[in-house]
Amino acid sequence: MTREEIIQKENLVYKKPELLNDVPMHYCPGCSHGVVHKLVAEVVAEMGMTEKTVAISPVGCAVFAYKYIDVDWQEAAHGRAPALASAVKRLWPDRLVFTYQGDGDLACIGTAETIHALNRGENITIIFINNAIYGMTGGQMAPTTLLGMKTVTCPYGRDPKLHGYPLKMADIAAQLEGTCYVTRQSVQNVASIVKAKKALRKAFEYSMQGKGSNLVEIVSTCNTNWRMSPDKANKWMEENMVPFYPLGDLKDKGKE
Amino acid sequence: MAEKEVTLMKGNEAIAHAAIRCGCDGYFGYPITPQSEVLETLAAEKPWETTGMVVLQAESEVASINMVYGGAGSGKKVMTSSSSPGISLMQEGISYMAGAELPALIVNVSRGGPGLGTIQPSQADYFQTVKGGGHGDYRLITLAPASVQEMADFVDLAFELAFRYRNPAMILSDGAIGQMMEKVVLPPFKPRRTEEEIARECPWATTGRIGMRKPNVITSLELRSEEMEQNNLRIQAKYRVIEEKEVRYEDYMTEDAEYLIVAFGSAARIAKKVIAIAREQGIKVGLLRPITLWPFPTKRIAELGKKVKGILSLEINAGQMVEDIRLAVECNVPVKWYGRLGGIIPEPEEVVEEIKKMTR
Repeated sequence: MTREEIIQKENLVYKKPELLNDVPMHYCPGCSHGVVHKLVAEVVAEMGMTEKTVAISPVGCAVFAYKYIDVDWQEAAHGRAPALASAVKRLWPDRLVFTYQGDGDLACIGTAETIHALNRGENITIIFINNAIYGMTGGQMAPTTLLGMKTVTCPYGRDPKLHGYPLKMADIAAQLEGTCYVTRQSVQNVASIVKAKKALRKAFEYSMQGKGSNLVEIVSTCNTNWRMSPDKANKWMEENMVPFYPLGDLKDKGKE
Repeated sequence: MAEKEVTLMKGNEAIAHAAIRCGCDGYFGYPITPQSEVLETLAAEKPWETTGMVVLQAESEVASINMVYGGAGSGKKVMTSSSSPGISLMQEGISYMAGAELPALIVNVSRGGPGLGTIQPSQADYFQTVKGGGHGDYRLITLAPASVQEMADFVDLAFELAFRYRNPAMILSDGAIGQMMEKVVLPPFKPRRTEEEIARECPWATTGRIGMRKPNVITSLELRSEEMEQNNLRIQAKYRVIEEKEVRYEDYMTEDAEYLIVAFGSAARIAKKVIAIAREQGIKVGLLRPITLWPFPTKRIAELGKKVKGILSLEINAGQMVEDIRLAVECNVPVKWYGRLGGIIPEPEEVVEEIKKMTR
């Protein structure tokens, strides 16, 4: 068989999503962001919402998300993405509006905006990448850094007496009357990626059905700042992150 | 033609009614004295049932201004209002909006500071408004109303200027004008823009890629220095055009004036009384009232500076605009400042005494 004979439409089993731009990503090899970007690009296209999506990017590693997923984007000030999304969705109720935020952005500087947008029941989805560290600024302690975990601003390990405790944002979100769907997923293997994609689709659909606010947390890795190989980071995440941030749906009011 | 309907209302209420009438799409705000009537009036009027205008009480001024960023970024005509401490909290968002070139209206019904200060009127936010406030090289189009009527009139004007130049605009008022009741003729109703009109007038807005157009991105971020310098130069060029075309001021009894008061907003109203008293006593005083604080009426003040013997900057602060007046006249004429602090409004008689000191 020649190369030309193999490259035929009927032989196609996998391709890059149409909405993922053909540009090099700035993310480190092994980072979870690339996988989640791919899933978001797929779900928007599969829902037929490309022409009606307004996405909000954060400050943090995903600040340039607008370079990779080919929809309209607004780049927010640090932590304020849910405020932008609230306004856009109220002013354009038939649009698909979501934010894409990291743990520092969402669970630290933007805690107020996150909780209030969720509790107002804004018909938006918040995608929350939780890798327990500040990636872009070089590996500082995050609100979700695990106890004992070392970062450049808690180099001897997170000590609750010095630094307080890691924050479980999804658990808080699930308590709020305004939230419709709160789930915690991961993307370290094929099975988890398939589940995460279904969760994103469900959240986006609920937001379009006007059922309230949705939080999809992705327990993620930051192999660079964790100072591990990508493979070891995935194992470390399963062994250390998942016990503290258990995977699965915390709330699903939408199916009621 | 039907008689224009004259109503009696507070400055803050006039802002709210004017917003509904001029086709505003959304208001996002947080309560703070002395401007809470803006949100209260909007809540009572329920414009979401009539014009479709969104009204949302946010969790903070930080959230409010970022909601305004989001709404403006999607091409909608959106606004917020607050008072001094709340406006301080908004500065980061205002800087981002200037950087991302987003049009919106921010109303500051200012009060005395620093800090929690007082709920009484003050003009002490002049520097914050016209010199930056937030970080980076940017300018805020600033209108200073001196009456309830101008509170109503400037809402539409501020939106018009904001969209013409893709830049945030501020109405810098104070607690006196926000709280006092006066006769006002509200502007006529103007419909909110349709989706098609927004797509045509704001081709840069993030409304979704209708017709599979190229995606729009609203951002102030650019890490490549050469590109960022170009972005800055483009914005600065826009500011020079605004300075050339949009200066607004009121000349009052300046033709024969030997002394000039420069005052804006509430202080300008006091100045008119000062002028009446001074002229009765044979001192020819005139007033130059900047209506736009930025762009500042530098040229007009320089012209008048050549004709008068002295200029008094009358401000309800510790002397802020006086610096811009001195720069305008380039030390060609003595420029003095007079003002009261802490929420106290100067009495006309005490200002007349200051004028007399200048004549000696």
